Amino acid sequence: MSVDQKMDSSRRTLLLATSAAGGAAAVATAVPFVASLTPSERAKAAGAPVEVDVGKLAPGEMMTVEWRGKPVWILRRTPEMLASLDKTDEKVSDPASDKPMQPEYAKNKYRSIKPEYLVAVGICTHLGCSPSEKFKMGAESGMGADWPGGFLCPCHGSLFDLAGRVYSSMPAPDNLEIPPHQYLADTTILVGEDGKA
Amino acid sequence: MTTKSQAVLNWIDERFPLTSSIKGHLTEYYAPKNFNFWYFFGSLALLVLVIQILTGIFLVMHYKPDASLNAAGVPVAFASVEYIMREVPGGWLIRYLHSTGASAFFIVVYLHMFRGLLYGSYRKPRELIWIFGTLIFLVLMAEAFMGYLLPWGQMSFWGAQVIVNLFSAIPVIGPDLSLVIRGDYVVSDATLNRFFSFHVIAVPLVLIGLVVAHIIALHEVGSNNPDGVEIKKKKDANGIPLDGIPFHPYYTVKDIVGVVAFLFFFSAVVFFAPEGGGYFLEFNNFIPADPLKTPPHIAPVWYFTPFYSILRAVTYPLFGLDAKFWGVVAMGASVVIIAFLPWLDRSPVKSIRYKGPIFKIAVAIFVVCFFILGYLGVLPPTPGRTLVSQICSVLYFAFFLLMPWYSKLDKCKAEPERVNFK
Repeated sequence: MSVDQKMDSSRRTLLLATSAAGGAAAVATAVPFVASLTPSERAKAAGAPVEVDVGKLAPGEMMTVEWRGKPVWILRRTPEMLASLDKTDEKVSDPASDKPMQPEYAKNKYRSIKPEYLVAVGICTHLGCSPSEKFKMGAESGMGADWPGGFLCPCHGSLFDLAGRVYSSMPAPDNLEIPPHQYLADTTILVGEDGKA
Repeated sequence: MTTKSQAVLNWIDERFPLTSSIKGHLTEYYAPKNFNFWYFFGSLALLVLVIQILTGIFLVMHYKPDASLNAAGVPVAFASVEYIMREVPGGWLIRYLHSTGASAFFIVVYLHMFRGLLYGSYRKPRELIWIFGTLIFLVLMAEAFMGYLLPWGQMSFWGAQVIVNLFSAIPVIGPDLSLVIRGDYVVSDATLNRFFSFHVIAVPLVLIGLVVAHIIALHEVGSNNPDGVEIKKKKDANGIPLDGIPFHPYYTVKDIVGVVAFLFFFSAVVFFAPEGGGYFLEFNNFIPADPLKTPPHIAPVWYFTPFYSILRAVTYPLFGLDAKFWGVVAMGASVVIIAFLPWLDRSPVKSIRYKGPIFKIAVAIFVVCFFILGYLGVLPPTPGRTLVSQICSVLYFAFFLLMPWYSKLDKCKAEPERVNFK
């Protein structure tokens, strides 16, 4: 367009208005497409609580149950295992569980309702791998002579103690998540729902 | 040409630029006459792209993106890959061509990129070719990553779990972003289906578009060459570069030699070592995905390992943000920084043939670091290895970030007027 031609400014206004309206419509059209990428109603509904009988679990043994597609560990800790938490106090980055990675009732030394049973989501807080069991203490575990027992994430080497507390200077930033749970009976745990609800 | 076929051609040319396109891109596209073997890898990348698309089309006819368990308790997606391998006639070959093709793609592309680095192919006026190329590399990584989820093996599942969780490290929007990528709270059927959609439709379309842009930009400015001198500066009376030869027939014929040599090696891998010693197809991926059990050792496929090592090398929190976030930033930056090479290199000459010792040493250190990072990326981390990967990561970035200074300081030789050609 040559510069000396007179511009019809009312046409220009109309052009801008229709472009803006068209642009807004295009953006609005994107909404259902982006929305379709979020979890479906079925995926949201899949989070029902899981009832677990821990009666057959021997001391020092761990079982894994599935809750919301994630592995949830239930570890029956022996007195030695519980004692090891005193040793790891100074090695972990959040010894008092100040970060909200657990319900209020598990914000204690053992990060559990009953000290004996640890219920934790078995997913590393770094990038979501499932840490492996390294319960044996000392050199037998292959983790060095002063290893007090715990978990090792195979992906990036984060270490956790037997309360799921992450060691300092590890790739994982937080302690393992303690899911909401409650005891229905002495050895029956309901994972996914706390008693208050 | 007979008058009849000439008439047909004329009829087409009046409606579509057929003859002029063939001339512009092939018979009268003048490429420098001194290309060496490094210049095979561009056309080979195109060949592998064709192999991937062709084999992919046939794989989709039998593959099922379904994470639910079949009657035998095996995920349907995993079972459909085994079905292709065992029961579809020729299926094993098509699948191995596709899986080997993925690794071949990266080998060829890495060599193609290294060629650009050696001869300064990214320098003015080829900056856009280089940027399109970096984008192709990025998109190719996305394509490979999404494709690797489809067999729904243990490595597929846990690899995707780790990489998607990388996005959750981004402050504020991160957790929601990774939720939108997965479409579920964990990697699941929803994730598998959308990765399938992206892998076979969206990303290949983008990839082809970028490849076209890469080649159009190349044919606009013309190819660089091992001497890094512009052949367009010296033209004959007809305006044809003195050191240029028509792409067709000279380089089409030469590239066929490269294609034959490449297919020789490619077939050897496809037929005799399709798993590539556990590097092209990881052994753990022959176990169906189990969301409750991470394999004892997770490593990405070899072509991601240098960048994965850089991710793991960051272990310090900074500015109140987790080390995890900075690891992601470092990994992203290590790829994106490649795009800035045209502006980082301040050397008066393009080709390494005329660059001085500092640049040559820098490239050597860079290559060694890249290999060490790649090697460490497949191994489980130990404190010693983490330290080595930290040193190599620093050197990797130093190669790029210090280039404006050392490339200027360097004692370069004078470029010749014309290309060297024996």
